[in-house]
This record gives sequence, structure tokens and C-alpha cells, in this order.
Amino acid sequence: MNLGPHADFIIASYAVAIFVVAALAAWVTLDYIAQRRILGDLEERGVTRRSRGKGHP
Amino acid sequence: MAVIDLANPTRFLKLANRLLPWLAIATVLMFAYGLNGALHAPDDYQQGATVKIMFLHVPSAWLGMFGWMLMSVAALGTLVWRHPLADVAGKAAAPIGAAFTFLCLVTGSLWGRPMWGTYWVWDARLTSVLVLFLLYLGVLALYWTAEEPGRGARAAAILTLVGAVNIPIIKFSVDWWNTLHQPASVFRMGGSSIDPSILHPLFAMAIAFTLLFVTLHLAAMRNEILRRRVRAMRLIQAQGLASA
Repeated sequence: MNLGPHADFIIASYAVAIFVVAALAAWVTLDYIAQRRILGDLEERGVTRRSRGKGHP
Repeated sequence: MAVIDLANPTRFLKLANRLLPWLAIATVLMFAYGLNGALHAPDDYQQGATVKIMFLHVPSAWLGMFGWMLMSVAALGTLVWRHPLADVAGKAAAPIGAAFTFLCLVTGSLWGRPMWGTYWVWDARLTSVLVLFLLYLGVLALYWTAEEPGRGARAAAILTLVGAVNIPIIKFSVDWWNTLHQPASVFRMGGSSIDPSILHPLFAMAIAFTLLFVTLHLAAMRNEILRRRVRAMRLIQAQGLASA
């Protein structure tokens, strides 16, 4: 594939896009792992949500 | 199950857990299809191979605006109905919308340098999109710095609704003012001015980016619900310690 005389600009655009998408995916994944871990720690210590404590789902 | 039942965070979490793997697979497959079409699309007769930047720039621009419109609907839900899931939706959309607007600005700049001879001009379209990006940063600052989450949510919702005025300004800026940025060429009266060999990969990439937005938004909403549960449990724990 010949990207012509402006190949640097095209490659830079796709590189930035890959970086932004990867950063967003990493953010939601790592945040999910962190929140699950904290919730697990709290439940292990016997802390429960009030709504669950009162018998609500 | 009625649609209103999904507004219950627990039911929403169950639905999100079920949908997310399928959405992620659909996103990857659509990107594979879209990128294949984008990389094999013919060069433009005027812009040459730099037209390949359009396959990133245009969907990013659409989703930057879509994100703000989604946040505006969520802001109404926060201010009028005070529904917690509306605030969750607004807060989760803000960083994603900001990232797509950033991508739109950067790819537009990288496209502008070889085509216009400059990375940036203060024309109405570029400036209004920069304003959108700054508004996103403002909303994020309100969410992240508010000591009391409810107050931050209301302030962010008000800023979101005020900032919604900028969306039609972005859309019609190329018609209302004389801009270096080209006028609308995809959705316009009389049909698209883009050749189908370039238009089809553009739509494929737009669908792929939209699927990515929906997947990330659903995942971010799930994280935000969990974060609020953590906060509620910590408050209960602190109350228990205080009364002991």
C-alpha cells in the first residue's frame, strides 16, 4: 500500500487513534477490576449494603 | 420486563454483564471489516491517500457530539426526575466523549497540515469543536472535584444543558460562517458528495466507532454503579465504627 508523500500524517493519525482507544479500554477494564476488588474486601469484612440488609434486592 | 425496570441499577448490572461480551465481539468484528475497507479504499483525486484520515476523523467528530447529546438527555433525567441512573449515564459518557473529541481535534489537525498548510486555524468549525472539548473538561472537573457527589452531578447537568447550545453551532458553523473547514459532504441536501467507494468504508468505520462508544459507555456505567456501592458500604462501615 502506497500512502504517498504524506504517509507520516496518516500513520500518526492511526497511531493516536490506537492509543486513545487502548487507553479507554484499559481505563474501563482496570477500573472494573479495582471496584470488584474493593467490593470483595468490604464484603469479606462483613460490610453489606443497607438495601440488602433490609431484604431488598 | 418493562423498559422502566432497567432503570433499577441491579437489573441494569445484570443486563450489562450479559450484553458486554457480545458488544465487544461485535465491535472487534466491525473494526476488522471497517479498517479493511478503509485501508483498501482508493485515494481521493484531490487529497490523495490523506483521505484515509477521514475514516478516523469523521466518526470521532460524530461521536464527540453524540456523547454530549447523550449527556444532555441524562442531565434532564438528573435535574427533572432526579434518577440516579441518569447521573451515572452522564458521568460515564463524559470521559468517552472527551476522548473522541480529542481524537477528532488531533486527526483533523494532522489532516489539515498537508491539505491546508496549517495544523490549526481559528475558524468557526475548529473553534466550536475546541469549545466542546473544553466543555467536556469542565464537566469532568465538576464531577471529579465536587466534595458531595449529588451537588457535583447537578452542577455538571446544568453545564451540560447550557453547553448543548454548542452542538447546533458546530453542525451549522460551516454554513453560517466562511470557514476553511469544508461544508457538510455526507449528510446534506441532494445526497452525499462522496464516492461510494469511500463512503461505504466511512459508514462501516462509523458503525464500528459507535459500537465501541456503546460498549465503553455500558462498561463505564457498570463501573460507576459499583463505585457508588463501594461509597455506600464505606459510609455504612464508618457509621458502624462511629456508633461502636
